[in-house]
Amino acid sequence: MLGWTLREVSAALKQGQITPIELCQKCLSLIKKTKFLNAYITVTEEVALKQAEESEKRYKNGQSLGDLDGIPVAVKDNFSTSGIETTCASNMLKGYVPPYNATVVQKLLDQGALLMGKTNLDEFAMGSGSTDGVFGPVKNPWSYSKQFREKRKQKPRGEKEDSNWLITGGSSGGSAAAVSAFTCFAALGSDTGGSTRNPAAHCGLVGVKPSYGLVSRHGLIPLVNSMDVPGILTRYVDDAAIVLGILAGHDPKDSTTVQDPVKPFVLPNLTDVSKLCIGIPKEYLVPELSSEVRSLWSKAADLFESEGAKVIDVSLPHTSYSIVCYHVLCTSEVASNMARFDGLEYGHRCDIDVSTEAMYAATRREGFNDVVRGRILSGNFFLLKENYENYFIKAQKVRRLIANDFVNVFNSGVDVLLTPTTLSEAVPYLEFIKEDNRTRSAQDDIFTQAVNMAGLPAVSIPVALSKHGLPIGLQFIGRAFCDQQLLTIAKWFEKQVQFPVIQLQELLNDCSSI
Amino acid sequence: MAAPVLRWGCPGTCRAIAWVYGVPRRRRGAWTGSTSSWIRGQSSLAQEPLHTSRKPRKGEHKWAAVVGLEIHAQISSNSKLFSGSQVCFAAPPNSLVSFFDASLPGTLPVLNRRCVEAAVMTGLALNCHINKKSLFDRKHYFYADLPAGYQITQQRLPIAVNGSLTYGICVGKRRSQVTTRTVRVKQIQLEQDSGKSLHDDLRSQTLVDLNRAEGQLRVDANVSVHHPGEPLGVRTEVKNLNSIRFLAKAIDYEIQRQIKELENGGEILNETRSFDYKLGCTVPMRDKEGKQDYRFMPEPNLPPLLLYDTTSLPAGADSQQVINVDQIRERLPELPSVTRERLIQQYGMLPEHSFTLLNEVGLLEFFQNVIKETRAEPKKVTSWVLNTFLGYLKLQNLAVRESPVTASALAELLDLLDSKAISSSAAKQVFEELWKNEGKTPAQIVSEKKLELMQDQEALEQLCRSVMQGHPEVVMDVKKGNPRAINRLIGLVRKATLGRADPAVIKAILEKQLSCH
Repeated sequence: MLGWTLREVSAALKQGQITPIELCQKCLSLIKKTKFLNAYITVTEEVALKQAEESEKRYKNGQSLGDLDGIPVAVKDNFSTSGIETTCASNMLKGYVPPYNATVVQKLLDQGALLMGKTNLDEFAMGSGSTDGVFGPVKNPWSYSKQFREKRKQKPRGEKEDSNWLITGGSSGGSAAAVSAFTCFAALGSDTGGSTRNPAAHCGLVGVKPSYGLVSRHGLIPLVNSMDVPGILTRYVDDAAIVLGILAGHDPKDSTTVQDPVKPFVLPNLTDVSKLCIGIPKEYLVPELSSEVRSLWSKAADLFESEGAKVIDVSLPHTSYSIVCYHVLCTSEVASNMARFDGLEYGHRCDIDVSTEAMYAATRREGFNDVVRGRILSGNFFLLKENYENYFIKAQKVRRLIANDFVNVFNSGVDVLLTPTTLSEAVPYLEFIKEDNRTRSAQDDIFTQAVNMAGLPAVSIPVALSKHGLPIGLQFIGRAFCDQQLLTIAKWFEKQVQFPVIQLQELLNDCSSI
Repeated sequence: MAAPVLRWGCPGTCRAIAWVYGVPRRRRGAWTGSTSSWIRGQSSLAQEPLHTSRKPRKGEHKWAAVVGLEIHAQISSNSKLFSGSQVCFAAPPNSLVSFFDASLPGTLPVLNRRCVEAAVMTGLALNCHINKKSLFDRKHYFYADLPAGYQITQQRLPIAVNGSLTYGICVGKRRSQVTTRTVRVKQIQLEQDSGKSLHDDLRSQTLVDLNRAEGQLRVDANVSVHHPGEPLGVRTEVKNLNSIRFLAKAIDYEIQRQIKELENGGEILNETRSFDYKLGCTVPMRDKEGKQDYRFMPEPNLPPLLLYDTTSLPAGADSQQVINVDQIRERLPELPSVTRERLIQQYGMLPEHSFTLLNEVGLLEFFQNVIKETRAEPKKVTSWVLNTFLGYLKLQNLAVRESPVTASALAELLDLLDSKAISSSAAKQVFEELWKNEGKTPAQIVSEKKLELMQDQEALEQLCRSVMQGHPEVVMDVKKGNPRAINRLIGLVRKATLGRADPAVIKAILEKQLSCH
């Protein structure tokens, strides 16, 4: 049952096959069994059970609030949750308990969803591995899947069983692991440069990055305000569409959200793709792309073509400038956004009290990790009066060119772009940490962050398992605010590829040994 | 609003400062109201030819001072510029702080429509060009009362630019003449107010109040001096001046300090200074040494602020969502300069009187209400309102709205005076009674105190006769030809009438009786 779609579980709840409390307890017990994955920073067992009780009453009275009533969900620990610690996986916010809910969290709760907990991430969402948070790295559930383990049996003996676990990708790795390990049905991530799609691809999930402005950011502790969007991680496209339908719409507390009313998202079952035009950006064919991903990408294009869709090569000529441009804009906004963490009002404060300035300096030294401090320093450098024109302004201009690349492609008749999500399958942690965070982020965001610069909707769909038995995802990019069309196409594709379900029975039956 | 001020001084003498352009005196009351958002005006630097009230001595270098003001004025609105929290003057510290005001992580600014309208209206009133598109920026610095570590302001593209304000200043020996000057307004920008820090030096603590609505005008003055014809000097900024008097003192001091410094071969540092109210001098601000780099960047959470006029208004636009500049222009009240001109034309008022009427909150309205209800001449009304009425207010430090005497009561009093029912001196007495606010009308007071002029000719003649009989020596004086002696008689009769008789009438009766003697 934990592997069912949202609608299936919702129907089971309505029919009384299972009660919200039973469902909640199943998930809580899985959370405990998979604690070693480090997916959750805070498990909100009491909150979830109380919500389940209320949900159960509603179901008994025939007053279900909708598809999400009684459904366990998880929320990345950079969304503010009223009365529940929100840490951003940073020393700086350890012990910080927001007095309000992020709009997206409130919307989920208003629909009767059960909050299972707050999920792990890279500190302040800065990273692509979910390895750089103060609570330690997140382990990819696929490391313990039957599919992966069977392939590894051929490896030389003597290697320690758990030493080579895989990263989830990031920065929303905790949310991805939580959904992937069946501890919840949907999880909120955030996506600034690929932070939802990247772990979705590595964990065999659907990862949606909505159009910028479609979903409120109020309460999301920002990384880059002009690129952040709340992301959605689910096992199925339909599930993501249900959640997106609930989250989308204008929020008076976020001036950058669309004013136009948003209709509920219902995805039709596409049967005919012959009127579609799929664009394949040639700049995304980079030498670093693994041959397996490349081949799956090409097979996906062939699939569309064989079903009658028009598949054409397109060019996004400014793609290669994207990473460096992103670096300047991202660090500049980071420098600004992190300025509020000064130890005065909330969060960590050092013991030094010789002067306010000394207190600021020591607090921030102790509160932030090297990655965050590095980005703050870079960002402040770019914002200096003498550098502003040469870096920030130029990066903004390049951003406009990158956004225009997409506009031009879509204006030429392309409906969606099809690209890889990541260069390769998930890599082992020990492999991953050989490179520093910045290098990794630059490599891993390559296919995903231009989308954030342009504010477009995108979704990563799991396609197939690699020869190592690990998931590989592909990305669809849509026109701004054509999220529904994008997901409709993704749903058709999902049906064609029949991605296998992760097999964790062994792990769940025998988790005490891990 | 802003006022560039040009002054000059001579080296070595403090007295040699002459006002060339005055700072327009705007009473605090004009900006009262409660809010925490600021309109910030920046004047351009004035470089107009110097007028000097005194010829410099031979060999002296003339110095010119250039002053630019950055004026922080509060917008009268019910809620703050970027948050829904209320604003209220003198509210308990930190009692009106929203999550956004406290800069809690994840909160976002939401622009207050009322503040935008107020800014547009101010821009229109100051003859500014209203930018149909303006932008918000973040200005970064670390300070305890700036919880976000940045302030949202409009640095690059403010809501209004290139304005001007014409104002009058008093000139002449007795400062009785008014002459008009014009200052240029560089820009008006919407800006979030920072919090307030209270330093407790004793316990070395700083207390922070994030209510951000302290209800006061705050001015930063940028001052530099140079020799006319030469490039402008290095400027200093004197921060946080919150009264016109201290503003003037601080500028005067700073100009002298800079001149003295340069005369002695020193140099002026581009620095921020504060004004020590007790010592009357400016001192460098300790915590802002060196040049600050505010690392401005666009505020990503606020889309560009778009304004429309009737021609550019998008079809079918929701009037709650868009701001129409033309509509605001229609709501603009009569501007002070127009009002003053109208007063001068309509009532033959002196220019300086028109300034006084407008500078006191509510005084103009009071004046107009009196005018409406009385038959008395406007000049008479002006004199009574500006001398008697305002005099009483000032004596007790009251605002117009706190006055115990209503416009109707004063109008009635002036009618009695106008119809010669009472004398001027009796009118003053009535006014004093009115001020006691015992709920009596002027007519009641006149009748109770028997202040009406004695119109009864026979009774007056009787009085005059008895006074002459009682003072034969004075009568003798008159008869001996002392021209001033009759005034004594008039005085005695007036005294006997308790001041209720018209002296001219008394004089006529006395002269008649003396000639018959």
